[in-house]
Amino acid sequence: MPGVRVLVGTRKGAFVLTSDERRQEWDISGPHFGGWEIYHIKGSPVDPSRIYVSQSGGWFGQIIQRSDDGGATWEPVGNAFAYDGVPGTHQWYDGTQHPWEFTRVWHLEPSLTDPDTVYAGVEDAALFRSTDAGQTWQELSGLRRHTTGPSWQPGAGGMCLHTIRLDPANPNRIVVAISAAGAFRSDDGGETWKPINRGLRSEGIPDADAEVGHCVHSIAMHPAHPDVLYMQKHWDVMRSDNAGDLWHEVSGNLPSDFGFPIAVHAHEPETIYVVPIKSDSEHFPPEGKLRVYRSRTGGDAWEALTTGLPQQDCYVNVLRDAMAVDSLDSCGIYFGTTGGQVYASPDGGDTWSAIMRDLPAVLSVEVQTLP
Amino acid sequence: MMIRIMLPAHLRMLARLGSGEVTVQVEGAVTQRSVLDALELAYPMLRGTIRDHATQQRRPFVRFFACEEDRSHEPPDAPLPEAVAAGSEPLMIVGAMAGG
Repeated sequence: MPGVRVLVGTRKGAFVLTSDERRQEWDISGPHFGGWEIYHIKGSPVDPSRIYVSQSGGWFGQIIQRSDDGGATWEPVGNAFAYDGVPGTHQWYDGTQHPWEFTRVWHLEPSLTDPDTVYAGVEDAALFRSTDAGQTWQELSGLRRHTTGPSWQPGAGGMCLHTIRLDPANPNRIVVAISAAGAFRSDDGGETWKPINRGLRSEGIPDADAEVGHCVHSIAMHPAHPDVLYMQKHWDVMRSDNAGDLWHEVSGNLPSDFGFPIAVHAHEPETIYVVPIKSDSEHFPPEGKLRVYRSRTGGDAWEALTTGLPQQDCYVNVLRDAMAVDSLDSCGIYFGTTGGQVYASPDGGDTWSAIMRDLPAVLSVEVQTLP
Repeated sequence: MMIRIMLPAHLRMLARLGSGEVTVQVEGAVTQRSVLDALELAYPMLRGTIRDHATQQRRPFVRFFACEEDRSHEPPDAPLPEAVAAGSEPLMIVGAMAGG
């Protein structure tokens, strides 16, 4: 019987929620890795039993865990993320050059074709790849060695590589995003990279349309239309129809175009979702109303989705990796909040309910659709 | 020499150790480095959690206590106290009181 497995990373552990295709009743396991920050937990699209976890903490650093049985048991695998060669420097908050230092893994992106291959986006910004199921990691250092690298600066959350999108139509194409450097694309499997930030305008940097320096929060791609990219930037929701070569704004009638996650419906490549947040200093929903906004036109025209979501006195945030979709016939949408709720909609966003609440702050939500 | 080590709960769980101490065999001088090398050899999943992978420096929020003294700032090749080397006292690896 088809079903879903929702993988939730929080500030103090991971939780695994499973349900059948009705998505009404949920079995919950966890906390796994209690007390540790779970920045990301994501399953292989090739083998749903294979799940990778980024587990970290201020005391004991970075751990990577792997499950080969759908989250029933876990095995710590390789946690050595060594920058390739002499790491060099990037710009620090005070304008001086600062050595590249590994802090944590923000995002794990399993390969679309090989369950043993997985990419890791780390802070300080770099992209690593493992081809042995997480045992060893090698940096794809062409990204960090891009000529603009020394000018990259950390955002408030650190200089992290937080978004990795793999193109199902072109195995050599990878899109990543870095706070606060912007978006980059490789068309040769990660060897060389170019910034793809043309069309972005960021008023918070000296040159609003600079080649790099934009605070990209998240990028989404529909597998059937991989040249169409959607971006939630620090401010502005953006769209590209040419794999990032040029972006245009599609914020339209959103009540605020600040936010963190962006997601695409599994079966409708022009249906997208964002969660507007009031501002970059007030990280909560406008008017205290938690509203997901849906556009069925690939942006510009947006509708508020509110049924089942708190519409008063709600002051949570939804972080960049905390929204995901399943691919059941009636597409499910999921997101987690910094207030510890995980909301699910089994009908494309029309109605919502909390499938778990009172968790530690949710850092990431991913979904596996099970056969 | 059999060296006794007390690990914090998170690392005991990571290494699949029960409650209590772990013991490791150390040949030659008993120092922070030789004890940690032996510990990481026996429990590879602890690599990078006590000492940074690249620098081999103690992580900032990890402390080393022995015989009621903080040995965290001792050089890694300095001898640990006689009582630790003799196995009558443990080397305590402690997560600092910090965090939220």
